[in-house]
Amino acid sequence: MSMNKETDEKMSVIARVLDSDIWYSFTRSKVTMVAALVTFLIFASALFAPIISPHDPFDLASLSLMDSLLPPAWNAEGDPNYLLGTDDQGRDVLSTILYGSRISLAVGLVSVAFAAVLGITLGLVAGYMGGRVDAIIMRVADVQLSFPAILIALLIDGTVNALVGGMDRERSAFTVLVISIGLSFWVQYARTVRSSTLVERNKEYVQAARLIGLHPFLIMLRHVLPNVMGPVLVIATINLALAVITEATLSFLGVGIPGTQPSLGTMIRTGNDFLFSGEWWITFFPGAMLAALVLAVNLLGDWLRDALNPKLR
Amino acid sequence: MLAFIIKRFVQSIVVMLVVGLIAFVMFRFVGDPVDQMVGLETSIEDRERLRETLGLNAPLPMQYWNFISSAAMGDFGTSYQFKRPVADMLGDRLPATLELALVSAIFALCAGIPMGVFTALYKDSVLTKLFQAISLVGISLPTFLIGILLIYVFSVQLQKLPSFGRGEVVDIAGWSTGLLTVSGLKALILPAITLGLFQMTLIMRLVRSEMMEILRSDFIKFARARGLTPRAVHFGHALKNTMIPVITITGLQLGSIIAFAIITETVFQWPGIGLMFLQAVQDVDVPIMAAYLLMIAFLFVFINLIVDILYVVVDPRIRIEKA
Repeated sequence: MSMNKETDEKMSVIARVLDSDIWYSFTRSKVTMVAALVTFLIFASALFAPIISPHDPFDLASLSLMDSLLPPAWNAEGDPNYLLGTDDQGRDVLSTILYGSRISLAVGLVSVAFAAVLGITLGLVAGYMGGRVDAIIMRVADVQLSFPAILIALLIDGTVNALVGGMDRERSAFTVLVISIGLSFWVQYARTVRSSTLVERNKEYVQAARLIGLHPFLIMLRHVLPNVMGPVLVIATINLALAVITEATLSFLGVGIPGTQPSLGTMIRTGNDFLFSGEWWITFFPGAMLAALVLAVNLLGDWLRDALNPKLR
Repeated sequence: MLAFIIKRFVQSIVVMLVVGLIAFVMFRFVGDPVDQMVGLETSIEDRERLRETLGLNAPLPMQYWNFISSAAMGDFGTSYQFKRPVADMLGDRLPATLELALVSAIFALCAGIPMGVFTALYKDSVLTKLFQAISLVGISLPTFLIGILLIYVFSVQLQKLPSFGRGEVVDIAGWSTGLLTVSGLKALILPAITLGLFQMTLIMRLVRSEMMEILRSDFIKFARARGLTPRAVHFGHALKNTMIPVITITGLQLGSIIAFAIITETVFQWPGIGLMFLQAVQDVDVPIMAAYLLMIAFLFVFINLIVDILYVVVDPRIRIEKA
């Protein structure tokens, strides 16, 4: 009986999704469907990299310098074992890309989550509390917004790396990147959440919650938060693309993920040194992967923004 | 009006003081300044003497004040690595970055505005689709990837343009310019396109949306009804009115161009301040990092201040709102 009810509910959720405006606009746009497919494929291949990669690029024992700088397999000098060729250390480019996109996506997702949590919290508090707290938070946000995010990330990253220094840098690279990218992206969330909170807090349900004596913290968390989350989703999607670009840029500049466990940006940095000697594949394939990922996520974000915007319907 | 300007001015100074505090904390606490300046053999007494002459024994607020006031007069201390005054090093390298930023801004305007006008006027043309595809790529491709792509095509494959450096430079009254020699101009092409491409797509999208909105407005309909030629309507009336936001955004983007120059300068080994900053980050050369931070902050705060004041001067609606 209860099983039945559960399946019924599940069915109704699927039915509701299939019946919704968003699904309709999704099926109407071929570009969006392709973008979703590409995004899904990249996410899946990154997630299952250890299973689907033909080689393990981090297993030092399996690397051989004899196999270094091999061109892609369709080339006359290529080795069918290495479909997209190998880099200067003899690592399989295809496997390294799969593992690399795993790292790039992980940095992107975690830093977007960090920025979102920080921004939403500060935005909620600023909008709900008002007064001096609001003024301070928004002033900081204004100042930060007038500087490009990449510059802020670079400064935080550089300073923290200087403080950590040396050997620890390799281990802390991921955390440092996440913090610096997260700290440079929170403003947008805070501003959006704050402006919706300002509208919501004067509505009757919030007043009612206040009347029955709920703690302000609970009102913000349980009542206001769910009603201001809509636009956050759109920002987060577009931000994911930006965060991946920022990570790649920092790694390319040599202050991001180190070369032992390369991200896409680190691979492009390595490959850049070999561009003139003709080994184009070390740069090209990670670059193409990065471009495809960013483009697909951007297109999804654009579509989501339009689909959730009632004015455009 | 005057009150608003004063208020904005005070705000800008507060922002600069806060950025100065960050730079000071970096300078003072990221590694010991004395350790960075002297060799291993220096005795403890000598270190103490240096510490005293540098004013590092004064109370911290006093040190902060000294730091800020000497920075305001253009003294950013001495680079740990090069043992040269940071202000001189910045001065040497500033022309390269400014020339690159200027040329790429001109490129962005000269390419972005016509593309924006065209896509607004001919919505269904094949060329419009092409321009929009380019703008999507321009926004999605990271700057460094565009640079590498250009290098691969024009330097490695075609071997037409240099991939690094500024080429020959001419020194005019302490300003080294690459704009007067053939090799200097050639060296400028690829970095300027790389740096300007993002701004170009931004301007193109802005011109397009502004233009489409203005073309729907009443005064354009009236101009058409008066029998003016399409050319006069489009360029004399519509385009003229899109220019105000375009100029503002371009002005605001100037700071971004200089910040993004870090990436372009790294890709092309362009000897500007961005490349110097990045090398300083990698070598933990804190005085250079602090000086760069202060300089960029000053640039941004200054541009924002000017734009805000201009807004109030130009647009009376903002004045009413403030009052």
